[in-house]
Amino acid sequence: MAHTTVEHAADAAAFIQNQERTRWHDQALWFVRAKRDKAARAVPEWEQLRALAGQIKRHTLAHLADYLLQFEEQALRHGAQVHWARNADEHNQIVLEILQRHLVRKVVKSKSMLTEECHLNPYLERHGIEVVDTDLGERIMQLRQEPPSHIVLPAIHIKKEEVGQTFHTHLGTQADATDPNYLAEAARGHLREKFMAAAAGITGVNFAVAETGGVVVCTNEGNADIGVALPPLHIASVGIEKLIPRWADLAIFTRLLARNATGQPVTAYTSHFHGPIPGGELHLVLVDNGRTTLRAHDVFRESLCCIRCGACLNTCPVYRRSGGHSYHATIPGPIGSVLNAAHDPRTYYSLPYACSLCGSCADVCPVKIPLDQQLLYLRGTIAGAKHLPLAKRLLMKLTSFVMQRTWLYTFAGRLARWWLPKLPRFLVYNRLNAWGKQREIPAFPKKSFRELYQNRQRHGQ
Amino acid sequence: MDSKHDILNTLRRDPVPDTGLPALDGPWLTFEQPLDQFREVLAAVGGQSLVAAHEGDLPHALAQLPSFRAAQRVWSLVPPVASVGRDWTTVTDPHELEVLDYCVAPGALGVAENAAVWIAHPTVPHRAALFLAQHLVLVVPGRSLVHTMHEAYARIPPGQTSFGLFISGPSKTADIEQALVIGAHGPRSLTVVLTGTDFPASRFSP
Repeated sequence: MAHTTVEHAADAAAFIQNQERTRWHDQALWFVRAKRDKAARAVPEWEQLRALAGQIKRHTLAHLADYLLQFEEQALRHGAQVHWARNADEHNQIVLEILQRHLVRKVVKSKSMLTEECHLNPYLERHGIEVVDTDLGERIMQLRQEPPSHIVLPAIHIKKEEVGQTFHTHLGTQADATDPNYLAEAARGHLREKFMAAAAGITGVNFAVAETGGVVVCTNEGNADIGVALPPLHIASVGIEKLIPRWADLAIFTRLLARNATGQPVTAYTSHFHGPIPGGELHLVLVDNGRTTLRAHDVFRESLCCIRCGACLNTCPVYRRSGGHSYHATIPGPIGSVLNAAHDPRTYYSLPYACSLCGSCADVCPVKIPLDQQLLYLRGTIAGAKHLPLAKRLLMKLTSFVMQRTWLYTFAGRLARWWLPKLPRFLVYNRLNAWGKQREIPAFPKKSFRELYQNRQRHGQ
Repeated sequence: MDSKHDILNTLRRDPVPDTGLPALDGPWLTFEQPLDQFREVLAAVGGQSLVAAHEGDLPHALAQLPSFRAAQRVWSLVPPVASVGRDWTTVTDPHELEVLDYCVAPGALGVAENAAVWIAHPTVPHRAALFLAQHLVLVVPGRSLVHTMHEAYARIPPGQTSFGLFISGPSKTADIEQALVIGAHGPRSLTVVLTGTDFPASRFSP
């Protein structure tokens, strides 16, 4: 069977067919980026916070086994139950087993990239359990049977007219309704019913504190809080990289997260769970699913410091103009390109090339992951492992051959300057020349830089 | 081998260089007028603030809110303010709180930099009330204001209550074309009443 690879450029080409929409998407994300800049500049110690956040995360990774054990010990002391899952299958089985033991048929879930990564929803649905995503953006995507296109703004690629159609079909709102207030009110009513009927709540976790054994969940809508305040059963899925050592460290991360994500001073709700609701149960599922492998790698380890703020997506010129779906990954954008290509370079070989190496992602990262350097490094390993398509491989071989020989490079340049302007248009601007798509090749100068420089040296001017 | 030990053994097998756990000693942001800062940020995140010099002034302060005057079901956890509709302390199933128009709850401290208010479990018997009520009022002593989250976490005893949270503004969403909608799932409005605010500014010093 042929291996299916993700071809980012092909899907991006489809996305930018609609130029007006591409521009709208680009501007919507840039607006978020601009709000982020404003919020960051209002904090004089911003750079200090970033440095500290990075140091705390890197230190935690070095002692992760100890901190996980400390976390477990403290969580047990508070009456939580702790489970360990090596991979997505184990995670899903643990969650299903807890739900079945409590005869749960209906579950509400707040945003969790980890449960997306594990494909928990379809798994539970196959076993007859109704799972309702309660974050408004995620609910829109769930009703549309589409994956989220952004880790913080799941429906950023959808227009209000489309939300109106989706709600008209599923929630019975007026046809052609487009007012966000009206649509959000309809969703509020619809989801209240789901909250009232649910027998368990599932959440992700933003931070897990080793010192106290508690988990912290951040939302703006309050959906995680309602979801786990009504039923007696709360299951929280925790990636093992979510650990931080101390209670006081939360100040660093809560100051950074919302400001960097959306430009808010903090999320509307920052909830701290130490043990179950009175009379209920709290289950914490600690998940590896490839994280120990990433941790062992000297370059990719850094990517585990990510706190999922989404700022690298908002700032990325490629993400903004190609849309989250073109990455075909739970986590798109620069951090997603690193995580997915590091985990499965064969499938995701094209993602590190969905990058202009501008470095803006690394500049906005709250924990200072050198994302651009990681993407460049990945290009090297992907080319080395021969995951690139033959045409690209041969072209790179040819380029390398030419660039290693000064005389050949000089000759090829001279030939191009003389020959290319004389060629008919269709020979220069065609399918083979990706650089000629949507733009004109600059006019060729008469002389190369090298020739101009030699002239100057010779004639002293 | 079970998953726990498998994960831990893998982590121990691959040593990772440690750069040390940094001290968190600032200096951090401070404000000349933390009260003004708090109120300004609260307004920016969609909330509103009132001041009441004494706790006894609370009912009068809240009566300024038309929706509070009209409320039929109010659960007040702050004594001078009366509950309305029924004796909510007899509620055993939190689902019953879905009908609440207003919840009035005590906040332990406020944070000037982001208008967050800390509320911990024992002061609110059913935490669902904080999220299900159509409107939320938090009563916060003005003296409890701190500048930043660093001070806030330093004052909160870690892990002593099963649930505690910061609330900054009402429930909100921007998931439909980035248009801000107040009242996503939780309260449609948040009013913070700052009590006893006629105290010297020096009380704000860290």
